[in-house]
Amino acid sequence: MTQAERPLSPHLQVYRWQLTSVLSILHRATGVALSFGAILLVWWLGAASDGPGPYAVVQHFLGSWLGLLLLFGWSVALFYHLCNGVRHLLWDAGYGLDLRSVYAGGWAVLAATAVLTILAWIAGLSHWSH
Amino acid sequence: MAMSPMRSSLGRAIGLGSAKEGVGHWWRQRVSALALVPLTLWFVIAVISMIGADHAAFVAWVKSPMPAVFLILLLVAVFYHTALGLQVVIEDYVHREAMRLAALLLMRLLCILFAVRGILAVLTMALRA
Repeated sequence: MTQAERPLSPHLQVYRWQLTSVLSILHRATGVALSFGAILLVWWLGAASDGPGPYAVVQHFLGSWLGLLLLFGWSVALFYHLCNGVRHLLWDAGYGLDLRSVYAGGWAVLAATAVLTILAWIAGLSHWSH
Repeated sequence: MAMSPMRSSLGRAIGLGSAKEGVGHWWRQRVSALALVPLTLWFVIAVISMIGADHAAFVAWVKSPMPAVFLILLLVAVFYHTALGLQVVIEDYVHREAMRLAALLLMRLLCILFAVRGILAVLTMALRA
């Protein structure tokens, strides 16, 4: 089948970056990242059910630099997707659809993500050192 | 009625549209998202409280017994929500029909595989004497 050379609708590169589109892209990106993060959860639970040996391997990996880096990225993605997901649910319920609220909500999501991530890591690291 | 003479009255009443599932996918994604809000918050707190726990302590916690229940619910909701989300991503970016079908089937298979593996792990710990 031959394809006619029709004009295509403009894509991402012709638009100026703005908070709304960046947060939208981030929601999808963190969603995809969390899909892979979910495998980590299954690996962890599977190792625990397999016995002390496999569990120690996972614990050792998660405590390494690479493990902690992965966990940090995972926690940021999780908190962002959670907060922005609640923002989406509020939109679906009909709230906050005017431009002002969309921007205010966007900044609130970024702030909440930062606060939740920092709180979780303070709690986690202080728990770890004891 | 002046609107949409192209649609039959039956089609309009059933309301499933050209994708033949209406708002089904959209709704399932929202409901699973809603379930994941409390489950995720519980999970984060649980993980933090279990940092540094040895194997015996971790297994004892899983079978204590509500954590086993919540972990299974979490696994179901996570992989259900993941499958719905990745489906949209694949449908958006994979344009060749055969490739798209293959990617969707493989993605679903992996989601089911990981979900069952996780649930089995939790059940093994919870039911082992």
